[in-house]
Amino acid sequence: MTVSRRTTLSLRLVALVYLALLLLLPVAVVFWRTFEHGIATAWSYMTTPAAVSAFWLTVLIAVIAVPLNTIFGVGAAMVIARSKARGRAVLDALIDLPFVVSPVIVGLALILVYGQGGWFGSVFLNNGIRIIYAVPGMVIATVFVSLPFVVREVTPVLREVGDEQEQAAATLGASSWQTFWRVTLPTIRWGVAYGVVLTTARALGEIGAVLVVSSNVAGSTLTLPLLLYQRDSQIGSQVNTSVYALATELAVLSIAVLLLMTMFGSRRETSQ
Amino acid sequence: MLYMSVFVLIPLAAVVVKAFSSGLGTLWSSIDNTLAVRAIVITLVASLIVAAIGAVMGTLVAWVLVRDSFPGKRFVNALIDLPFALPTIVAGLTLIALYGPDSPVGIHLAYTRAAVIVALLFVTLPFVVRSVQPVLIELDKEVEEAAASLGSSNLTTFRKIVLPALRPAIFSGAALAFARSIGEFGSLALIAGKVQIASIVIYDDIESGTEQSAAALSVVLMLVALIVLFVLRRIGSRIDR
Repeated sequence: MTVSRRTTLSLRLVALVYLALLLLLPVAVVFWRTFEHGIATAWSYMTTPAAVSAFWLTVLIAVIAVPLNTIFGVGAAMVIARSKARGRAVLDALIDLPFVVSPVIVGLALILVYGQGGWFGSVFLNNGIRIIYAVPGMVIATVFVSLPFVVREVTPVLREVGDEQEQAAATLGASSWQTFWRVTLPTIRWGVAYGVVLTTARALGEIGAVLVVSSNVAGSTLTLPLLLYQRDSQIGSQVNTSVYALATELAVLSIAVLLLMTMFGSRRETSQ
Repeated sequence: MLYMSVFVLIPLAAVVVKAFSSGLGTLWSSIDNTLAVRAIVITLVASLIVAAIGAVMGTLVAWVLVRDSFPGKRFVNALIDLPFALPTIVAGLTLIALYGPDSPVGIHLAYTRAAVIVALLFVTLPFVVRSVQPVLIELDKEVEEAAASLGSSNLTTFRKIVLPALRPAIFSGAALAFARSIGEFGSLALIAGKVQIASIVIYDDIESGTEQSAAALSVVLMLVALIVLFVLRRIGSRIDR
C-alpha cells in the first residue's frame, strides 16, 4: 500500500505526540523536579539512611526472587513444551494467573495463608518465623507477581526449535543432564535472558502485593517503591524534592533494565 | 507444580474460601453495597475505555514503527518498553508531576477519572504495540499491492486486507491491557485520589481489617476479569476464522 506523504507524516506526528505526552514528558518533568535545587540536594535525599536501607532491601528481594523464578521458569517451560504428561495443559493455563490477579489480591491471599490466624500462619509463628509483615512475605509476594515472565519467554523458543537436536544428542549417548546443558540451554539463552530482565524489572518495581504484606517500617521492611509511596501519602498533594529524588533513583535503575531489555530483545529475535 | 501451589494456588484458594467463609448471604451483602458495586463498575468502565483507546493508538504506533522511517525511530521503539521497566509507582508520580497540582503546563488532571485513564494507558501501552508489531512485519505487502492495483483505495485496502490480518493480535493485546487495568494498583495508588477503583477499595478493606469483604470483592473482580478475557478471546478467534 503506497500511503501518501501527507498521511505518513500526520500518522507519524500523531504517534510521536501521543508517546511524548504519555511517556516522555512526564518522566522528563520528574528528572527536572529532582535536580531543580541542584545535584547535591537530590543526592542527599537519595542517601538518607531510610533510602539506603530501602535500596538494599529492594536489591535483596530481587536477588532472591529472580533466580527462584528463573529456575522454575525454565523447568516449567520444559514441561509445557516437551513433556506429554497430563498436568501439562493445566500448568500451561495456570501460569498466567499472576498476570490476571490484582497485586492487592495477591497480598490478601498471602495474609490469609501465611498470616496470623491464616492456614499455615501458626506453624511458622510457633517456630518463631514471621512471614507476613516481614521480609519473607515480601519475597513470596514478589515471586508470585513475577512468576510467569521466564516461562512465557522460554516456552515459544523451545517449541520453535523443536527437539531434534536433543534427540540427536541422546542417540549419541549424552545423558539428559548433558543434553540440557550443552544443547537446550545454549539455544534458549536469549529467551531466558529476556525473561530474567522482565522478572527483574517487575521485582524491583512491585508495590501492590508487597505493600499489603509489609509492616511499612522504614529501615526494616520498606523497599524503594514503598518508601516513595509512604513519603508521598504523608505529604499530601504537594509532592516535594525528596519524593522526586526517590523516583529518579528508581527510574535510573529501571532505565538500566530497559537498556538490557532492548539488547536482549533484539538478540533474541535475530537468533530465532 | 509444588512451586506453583505454595506461591500461587494455595493463597488464591484461601481468598475464595475466605469470601465464602461466612456463607453466601454474607458474601452477597458485602458485595451488594453501593461502594463495592460502584468500585466494580468504575473499574470495568475505565478498563474498557483503556482497552479501546489502547487498541487504536497501539495499532497506530505499531504501524508508524514498522512502515514509517524517520531519524530516532530506534529510540522511540525502545521507549515503548519503558512502562514495563518503570516501577508503576513512579509511573503514577510522573503523571502527577506533569498533570498534577504543580504542573508546569497548567493542566490539572490528577485525582480525577481522566487521570486514572491516562495512568492506565501509560502502564498498558506496550501490550497492543508489541503484539501488533511482529504481525505487521510479517504481513505480505504483495497482497496490499495487488489490492491497490485492482483499484481499491488505501482505506479499503486497510479495512479489507490489513485490519483482518492484525485483528487477532489487536484483540489479544487489548485483552492483556484490559486484564492489567482491572487489577492495577501501583500507578493508581497516588493519582486516583477519591476515585474508588476496585483494587484501592480492596487495599483499604485489608488495612481496616475487614478481610472478609476484601476477599468478597476480590473474588468478584477475578471472576469478572476472567469472563471478560474469555469473551474477548472468543471474539478474537471467531473473527480470525
